[in-house]
Amino acid sequence: MRWQLTWNIVTFLFWKAIKMASLLVAISFISFLLVKNSPIDPIQAYVGADMLNVSQEQREKIEEYWGLNQPVMEQFMSWSSAVLSGDLGTSMIFRLPVSEVIGERFLNSIALMSVAWVLSGVIGFSIGILAAMNTGTWIDRMIKWYCYTLASTPTFWMGLLLLIVFAVWLNWFPVGMGVPAGVLAEDVTIMDRIKHLILPALTLSIIGVANVALHTRQKLIEVLSSDYVVFARARGEKGFTLFWRHGLRNIALPAITLQFAAFSELFGGAVLAEQVFSYPGLGQATVEAGLRGDIPLLLGLVLFSAIFVFVGNVIADLIYRVVDPRTREGKSYAVKQ
Amino acid sequence: MQLSNKQLLKQPLNKRQRTLLVCIGLSIVVCVVVLTGILLDENRIATNLEVRNSPPSLDHLFGTDWLGRDMFSRTLMGLSLSIGVGLTGAIGSATISVILGLVAATMGKVADSIVTWLIDLFLSVPHLVSLILIAFAFGGGFKGIVLGIALTHWPSLARVIRSEVMQVRSLDFVQVSKKMGKSRWWITKEHMLPHIIPQMLVGVLLLFPHAILHEAAVTFLGLGLSPQEPAIGIILSESMRYLSVGMWWLAFFPGICLLFIVRMFDKIGDNLRMLIDPHHAHR
Repeated sequence: MRWQLTWNIVTFLFWKAIKMASLLVAISFISFLLVKNSPIDPIQAYVGADMLNVSQEQREKIEEYWGLNQPVMEQFMSWSSAVLSGDLGTSMIFRLPVSEVIGERFLNSIALMSVAWVLSGVIGFSIGILAAMNTGTWIDRMIKWYCYTLASTPTFWMGLLLLIVFAVWLNWFPVGMGVPAGVLAEDVTIMDRIKHLILPALTLSIIGVANVALHTRQKLIEVLSSDYVVFARARGEKGFTLFWRHGLRNIALPAITLQFAAFSELFGGAVLAEQVFSYPGLGQATVEAGLRGDIPLLLGLVLFSAIFVFVGNVIADLIYRVVDPRTREGKSYAVKQ
Repeated sequence: MQLSNKQLLKQPLNKRQRTLLVCIGLSIVVCVVVLTGILLDENRIATNLEVRNSPPSLDHLFGTDWLGRDMFSRTLMGLSLSIGVGLTGAIGSATISVILGLVAATMGKVADSIVTWLIDLFLSVPHLVSLILIAFAFGGGFKGIVLGIALTHWPSLARVIRSEVMQVRSLDFVQVSKKMGKSRWWITKEHMLPHIIPQMLVGVLLLFPHAILHEAAVTFLGLGLSPQEPAIGIILSESMRYLSVGMWWLAFFPGICLLFIVRMFDKIGDNLRMLIDPHHAHR
């Protein structure tokens, strides 16, 4: 049995890895073509305002140095072979290797995203339960209304509102940036970092709650109308004990997997929240790269975000396979046949 | 009309009638917003340095900005522009998903796995990142943003349509039609398409909120519509510079109007789905 399970997981991961590889190749190819198609001139983007001082000759030299005069396919081949050997190129705006920029930014972003992820998961799960346990009452209606409204709220607008209320009116939090301005890097305390993290994280969690809450509510209502809960009710169980004994385990798993599968939205939300609060994370780097034509960085970020989303999805699938006894037994049963 | 008739008023409307009424009401509101946005002339948002930075008042419902432009008119114009972009994008997206969904479900196994792989491909990069990439590739502006929305939002609807067509495919009349020697294309055109048109309509309406929010987001980030146009995203990103001085009305009103419009479309879509497809109404 045990062996069977491990074997299942290994084959599953193997197929996932192959799929990931095929997707990554396609993504890098398509994004490379898209970026090459862009009317934004990479040399002009690199040189900036000094473009007038660059003669035609120098220009051609830069083109030759970067290999821009070669056919697109050859450029793609040389870029992708460099990527395969771990070299993502050099970012034009930061004048640093792309992998370094992404690594540093990712540390900032992961702090922000994980806080928001946990907060939105926990809050969403709880209010989803609250709504389902009180179906049809004003609590349920209010929570439902709140969630549907949130689903139509622009993330960046929510960020702006929080900024107005907490940073401008109440003056509780700084207006932006990851660390206080004009302070040396070694003087930045952990408190400063936390202070700068709260508002963007709050923005992301407020928006992220809706999905989990609605899903949990739906699932719990289904569970509550099942035969075994009706029987438990007939035996006299009610309220929290009923939920604890029969509800929680059935709805926890879908909620957790949903949270993992929502990495894509989390990343998208982080782009907006980081831009509003000028928090130096991956999202802000993506916007900068797009605005200022930093092609190596943009391509690197696209690949990185794809891997990030994919990891989330694989974890979600794995949890289902490993944790849920029903799918496990179902699998081994299917194999036996 | 009927409303003056007390007898009729007392009779409670049934759920279908109420849903229809809500749909009609909301559609009228949306139409009014779009029409006023289009019909308002440019003078309303002309620079007027005498009334700079004034908070909301009866003259200027939403206040004015640092150039003395009336925020109410700007918001309305921005909304109608955003609705236009959102609708174009959503329709484009729905067209792609109908074609791919039909291809996946009727053209055999190979086509199906290709389309599924394509769906996975487009879902594997966060929407916002691919939107930034596409907007960058087409140099921003109206074309970039509409193409971006159309190219990124189709996968979810394509999945729905694919499973719908798969269901229809196994029904008796399709089987009979096959036995009678009708071609694949004929069956698709005559038997499948009519079945998925309602799904498609609802799909467009439910795609629309995502489309308009993403349009506003990309424009807000500075990669979408050009700064001269009165789009909601532009208004909000401009307002960021003035928030720290306390000019909250610049961001608050345009945002809440966008929220209302998006919510309305969502509601119309949900209600329509309830009318067309009662089985899935409770979801």
